[in-house]
Amino acid sequence: MTIPSNIKEQFPLLSRTVHGKPIVYLDSAASSQKPDAVLSAMDTYYKQVNANVHRGAYAIAAEATEQMETARSDIARFINADSANEIIFTKNATEAFNLVARSWGVRNLGEDDAILITDMEHHANIVPWQILAEDRGFEIRWIPLGEDGTLDLTDLDELLKGVKLCSVTAMSNVLGTLNPIRKISDAAHAAGALMLMDGSQYVPHLPTDVADLDVDFMCFTGHKMCGPTGIGVLWARAEILDAMPPFLGGGEMILDVKKSGFVANEIPHKFEAGTPPIAEIIGLGAAVRFLDSLGMKNIREHEISLTEYAFMKLKECHGDDIQIHGPSTIDSRGGVLSIAYKDVHPHDISQVLDQHGICVRAGHHCAKPLMRELGVGATARASLYLYNTESDIDILAEALGEAGELFAF
Amino acid sequence: MPGLEDLYREIILDHYRNPRNQGELEAPPAHRIEGFNPLCGDEVVVTFTTDGTSITDVKIAGHGCSISQASASMMSAAVLGKSTTEIRKITQTFKAMMSIHEGEMAEESNEKTSLPQPDLSLGDLEALRGVVKFPVRIKCATLPWNALLSGLDEVSQ
Repeated sequence: MTIPSNIKEQFPLLSRTVHGKPIVYLDSAASSQKPDAVLSAMDTYYKQVNANVHRGAYAIAAEATEQMETARSDIARFINADSANEIIFTKNATEAFNLVARSWGVRNLGEDDAILITDMEHHANIVPWQILAEDRGFEIRWIPLGEDGTLDLTDLDELLKGVKLCSVTAMSNVLGTLNPIRKISDAAHAAGALMLMDGSQYVPHLPTDVADLDVDFMCFTGHKMCGPTGIGVLWARAEILDAMPPFLGGGEMILDVKKSGFVANEIPHKFEAGTPPIAEIIGLGAAVRFLDSLGMKNIREHEISLTEYAFMKLKECHGDDIQIHGPSTIDSRGGVLSIAYKDVHPHDISQVLDQHGICVRAGHHCAKPLMRELGVGATARASLYLYNTESDIDILAEALGEAGELFAF
Repeated sequence: MPGLEDLYREIILDHYRNPRNQGELEAPPAHRIEGFNPLCGDEVVVTFTTDGTSITDVKIAGHGCSISQASASMMSAAVLGKSTTEIRKITQTFKAMMSIHEGEMAEESNEKTSLPQPDLSLGDLEALRGVVKFPVRIKCATLPWNALLSGLDEVSQ
């Protein structure tokens, strides 16, 4: 089975025009578009079911709770978690990282400790640790960038000495690099560290199996995987979550409150203070069912073939004028194409492309330490998803030529 | 709908391709200010010397898009040899042109303080007027000017 060639029809936004041209959306690494299945699930919830969850005994409150908990189970299945109770809903992946830092980190990281991250992390997997380290005084180590946009794992065992947590992105949002999570996880466990995987760019694009990857925590976000904004997930093994103190305090996360103190609720509720984003959770549930119906293997195959085509087409049209950062082997990368084109600044590239209805991201992609390692201030990034086509790439390749002409020295 | 020709006027592309007053003066004695655009990673380094009343030399370094680079180049040409009072007027007028909101604010303050000069000619800088139609690029155009302003503030302190 392959991705249906008319899949764009299921994404209402993809039928609009921009500056009089059909939209060519190539920024799914920033945020994906939403299919009818997700939009109608959220719309139906508000029109037919809307009520607060885990409270009222009346029918629609029970329906709302049931729909939300069904989403939790479907998301658990989607990543092969042991139990739906291991799915903690957060605002986004960023909040999930902050939850781990502020709950697990405060309890486990002190002056003699270290954590290990990498040169290609998103700021969401850097700054929460830096904030905490200011208080707790632990060391932050970095796995360096190696050849061809991959990680240099030569000194991994040395770097892991004394490390309590290793936190690595499964796929770089700048380079598209697919990192060897299982290999790093095995080394981390051998060194006595826990393993956190940033799944933000991975979960939307590849079949994800947390048991097979053998990680202990995973953070990801809904809006990059056909779901709405405002909803992310922290997954962690139940025994780790059970041992962690609450993050935010308030309603829902308690079993009892007295003047003398509180008793925390069971997971997942312990970490979900206040009324949750119910419609967004239901929307994310619809998104994983939508992705499942297409098949994550098929999505991955579609993106491999499209990435191969993009490399071929861009080189054919622009030769040595174009450089694509990150791995040149398609198998070891996702469909994230950070482009350097002649000496044209990424901002100017994206401005010219915009006139053709093409949406690409220009900037540092919230990965400034990586940009410094690459020695660039910014890149123009085209990122592919299940709804992109070879025709989208053709339009990109042609419009790039115009940027080249305008800014030629 | 604004087109690319509104943004990338020929004079802007000329300053981008052939930037004026490129480089860095030795600081000290020169004043040195770095400006960053955290959104896109653009960076400008302005170094200048003064004799107490005027800017006697100015150089621009750093990296950025055509708009920030051209704006920096045009700025260096516009302020070289001018008194700091004149430069502040030019800067205010330029920044007013770059923002409808700031423009209104400037007009209000204009009635009270007679600054900036509404009829002050910006010369080549007028070419950057089209940037306002592309709001996300306004910060590119104002980046070097904000750097220069904080440099002037340092000098006057």
